[in-house]
Amino acid sequence: MKAYENHQAVDGVDLDVARGEVFAVLGPNGAGKTTTVEILEGHRVRDGGEVHVLGQDPGKAPRTWRSRIGVVLQTANDAAELTVAESVRHYAKYYADPRDPDEVVDLVGLTDKAKARVRTLSGGQRRRLDVALGIIGRPELVFLDEPTTGFDPEARRQFWALIRELADEGTTILLTTHYLDEAEALADRVAVLAKGKIVAEGTPQTLGGRAHADARIRWADPNGPRELFTSEPTKVVAELARHGELAGLTVTRPSLEDVYLELIA
Amino acid sequence: MTTVAALPGVLSLGLARGGTELREFFRQKENVVFTFSLPAVIMLLLGSVYVTEPIHGQMFAASMIGAGIISTSFVGLGISVAADREDGTLKRLRTTPMPLASYFIGKAIMVLVASLAEVALLLGVAILRFDVEVPTDPAKWLTFTWVFLLGVVSCSLLGMVVSSIARSTRSAPAVLNLPYIILQFISGVFITISALPGSLQTAGAIFPLRWVCQGFRSVFAFSDEYALQEVAGSWELGKAALILGVWSVVGLVLVTRTFRWHNERR
Ligand SMILES: Nc1ncnc2c1ncn2[C@@H]1O[C@H](COP(=O)(O)OP(=O)(O)OP(=O)(O)O)[C@@H](O)[C@H]1O
Ligand SMILES: [Mg+2]
Repeated sequence: MKAYENHQAVDGVDLDVARGEVFAVLGPNGAGKTTTVEILEGHRVRDGGEVHVLGQDPGKAPRTWRSRIGVVLQTANDAAELTVAESVRHYAKYYADPRDPDEVVDLVGLTDKAKARVRTLSGGQRRRLDVALGIIGRPELVFLDEPTTGFDPEARRQFWALIRELADEGTTILLTTHYLDEAEALADRVAVLAKGKIVAEGTPQTLGGRAHADARIRWADPNGPRELFTSEPTKVVAELARHGELAGLTVTRPSLEDVYLELIA
Repeated sequence: MTTVAALPGVLSLGLARGGTELREFFRQKENVVFTFSLPAVIMLLLGSVYVTEPIHGQMFAASMIGAGIISTSFVGLGISVAADREDGTLKRLRTTPMPLASYFIGKAIMVLVASLAEVALLLGVAILRFDVEVPTDPAKWLTFTWVFLLGVVSCSLLGMVVSSIARSTRSAPAVLNLPYIILQFISGVFITISALPGSLQTAGAIFPLRWVCQGFRSVFAFSDEYALQEVAGSWELGKAALILGVWSVVGLVLVTRTFRWHNERR
């Protein structure tokens, strides 16, 4: 629970993330994602409720706890005068068993920019550096607050591969995102946050009853495009097909985006 | 968990931070050029009016060196901590297992190096432009060293306290420079103390700058006879040490009370 002045930003969010899981938090601007994540990271003080992260209360956790988590904050403009390689190498020094700095720079695709001053990076490159600094300490749990904002499509795919690699190594990942395809591609489970409350939680495939929702069938006949909704699409299509080939036939379930927009409406 | 024993030590991380701080400091060209050269420029301008006899040059240079190290410690460190808070440096550091003590060690290294460089710059200008003579007596340099250290430490701590009051980096230079300029005025840098009204003399005597400058004048005077020109008729080095020491302790307490990792209310 968290209130700013007169505004209840997060209200009764109840989440359980298992070890090794990739968990995505979705929600519109101002929903309370950053607030929630920063409470879990120990950056903001909660007004109420109980929080356990890696078995500890983040508000009181010691140095050793911090060495086990990795954080990618939503915004940062620090280290402007250092080079990419210098800042990754510097942050590696804080940990007992860091990853190899050059490897991490390579993992996030910044090898070409290793000698560039951070101030000269583009928005997406800067973001990749943030990701590099978040994983340099070989964390058991990584928080990523909108990590791929500003990434080009290729960088985003690279980032997805990186997250999958981390997950395969057993790293627990909690990320927030506005990209539904990203949540669908990466997350084992997602939660949708709206106005500080969780409005749905589940796997991307079943969120908001998506798996059981009516399928939409579209086709065209001489009178123009046709559309119908049914819980028995196979039967309906078989029926329709008796009259011959159906032009432009598609059968779709609601996309994650459809479900999401419905949930936050 | 084996990580407990293996996390790097506070001191070694402090040294690593110091290296990074210095790197960032000297790469900020505007910072180096403007913050750094300002006391030297003021020294050149005022000195061309004030310095009519060699002893004036000695005394004025001593006071300006005092003002110079307050600029690198009080103003310089205050601005740099405010900037760390604003640009997310502190926030990011907080996500890591870096102990806060290492951050302070890093800042201390940066301030000490910057202050020594400032002393070197001002001494250079003083020697070249005003023919100032550098003392040769080791006892004088011993005095110089402790005045320098106590002055830098107390004013660094106070700079951090004041920077916590500043809401943002944009306001930090203004919030720090106003007291700095006033202090130069009432501490015998711009105007000799005896020319000030009594109330301003008393006000100046509360703060560190006055005692740093007086201590440095004792170092640069041709002989101890010049102590008679001080308001008390002596160098009052014991009193200087006491006041600077008290400010260091007060500063330390206030820093631990007021230090903030973030700008926003949370
Ligand atoms: N420090 C603060 N002081 C006052 N209000 C705040 C503060 N931080 C956040 N808020 C408010 O709390 C609400 C939730 O903010 P939060 O940053 O958690 O949203 P978010 O879900 O991360 O949004 P976005 O998608 O834009 O990042 C917003 O209405 C915001 O205005
Ligand atoms: Mg956010």
